[in-house]
Amino acid sequence: MFLINCPFCGERDQSEFSSGGEAHIVRPKQPTELSDDEWAEYLFMRKNIKGIQFERWNHVHGCRKWFNVVRDTSNDKILSVYKMGEKPPVNYK
Amino acid sequence: MKNKYSVFSLIKNALSQHENWQQAWGNPEPKKEYDAIIVGGGGHGLATAYYLAKKHNLKNIAVLEKGWIGGGNTGRNTTIIRSNYLWDASAGLYDHALKLWENLSQELNYNVMFSQRGVMNLAHNLQDVRDLKRRTHANRLNGIDAVWLNTEEVKKFCPIINTSPDIRYPVLGGTLQRRAGTARHDAVAWGYARGASEMGVDIIQNCEVKGIKRNGDRVEGLETNKGFIKTNKIGVVAAGHSSVIANMAGLKLPLESKPLQALVSEPVKPIIDTVVMSNAVHAYVSQSDKGELVIGAGTDSYVSYTQRGSHNIVEETLKAILELYPIFSRMKMLRQWGGIVDICPDASPIISKTNIKGLYFNCGWGTGGFKATPGSGDLFAHTIANDEPHKLNAAFNLNRFVSGDLVDEHGAAAVAH
Repeated sequence: MFLINCPFCGERDQSEFSSGGEAHIVRPKQPTELSDDEWAEYLFMRKNIKGIQFERWNHVHGCRKWFNVVRDTSNDKILSVYKMGEKPPVNYK
Repeated sequence: MKNKYSVFSLIKNALSQHENWQQAWGNPEPKKEYDAIIVGGGGHGLATAYYLAKKHNLKNIAVLEKGWIGGGNTGRNTTIIRSNYLWDASAGLYDHALKLWENLSQELNYNVMFSQRGVMNLAHNLQDVRDLKRRTHANRLNGIDAVWLNTEEVKKFCPIINTSPDIRYPVLGGTLQRRAGTARHDAVAWGYARGASEMGVDIIQNCEVKGIKRNGDRVEGLETNKGFIKTNKIGVVAAGHSSVIANMAGLKLPLESKPLQALVSEPVKPIIDTVVMSNAVHAYVSQSDKGELVIGAGTDSYVSYTQRGSHNIVEETLKAILELYPIFSRMKMLRQWGGIVDICPDASPIISKTNIKGLYFNCGWGTGGFKATPGSGDLFAHTIANDEPHKLNAAFNLNRFVSGDLVDEHGAAAVAH
């Protein structure tokens, strides 16, 4: 359990948010051309990182807006929050 | 077995003040090379090593455990064992495990305290009723015992349940699998460790895998904190950390690791002699032999490796428990903990070869792996020894996420995953 700093509403309890999983998975531009392996990669395969992970969250019980979070999954510390469409911060790898 | 446990050994050791019990498993340093290495010394990993040695005559094998054996999810679950799954593939897999449970104490000469006290799944709305009835029919077609109970029968089977029609989630009935039940989770790890060690398996604790050495498309060995160990067969049974190990081999898995919580109360006199699970309100309860209520909660929605969970999840579970069992309103909870569970998109496990030769994965058990421990070990050992899956785990291959032939047990398994 932790606090998330919503870029629109400020710091709120994590229970107000829903997790959208790994961020920056690009939707295929031409779905009809995808092979089965590429579909599996897009739909199912996840980095599932222990450490610094880029992920999407939705403030579902608040402003209902989506945004991105950089979080260390080994200790749940949030390192950075940035809006959808913004470039991910470069100082985390 | 060198030191067979029996009533006579108990009396003999009692006479010597229990000071002469032999160590149950060895504590060796790793050798330079093994025929096969199992990564992960939980119940599934130890069972895999046990069946590799026993049924496939592979004696030069090691189990590497980064902490202590049975200290991960094996020691963190709510010990529920059942096989009432909807789909044929799952029914085959979990009932194979249940049949092994029924003779496990004798097989291992170790009391795993398997207790077939029955598992009841409650229905709280019309859709639950339809789904659960459908599942009992599917179970019976697969030879798995299952009965539907109406509200009065539920009340009769477990009298402390609040079956009043005006509660938020009224009990409209439930299913019962009488062969299902619980077992002592630590004993399962210890029993398999003792059995495997007896057959010459090296159980190496405090040994963390740091890297997988590959030569082209095959594995050559493991880098560990105790040095490099050569092998050409690696079976990974690392539960929540499966993706971390896969990453070392340059492999990606369809898994997300999330905290799953459980808690136990102070011990009280016997009050509930079965296991009751409620899918819709996400509350599972049984009573341990020590008298504690053992309560299972839900998973957090986000990836985390912290082995703790969010407070709001526990709060929701306890709210549901209180509504269903008002008698527990003044019980105090003693301990709460979390384990990291690796969840597949279809909520079914992976027991599979990979596209790297000699690398095998047994993972994705999600919130319900304990029940499958003996079956999982048996089938994974078969897969490693023959480099081919057994017919019971053929459907649980990694390639199903490419072919689309998923075993979709989300919700279908009578449990909210």
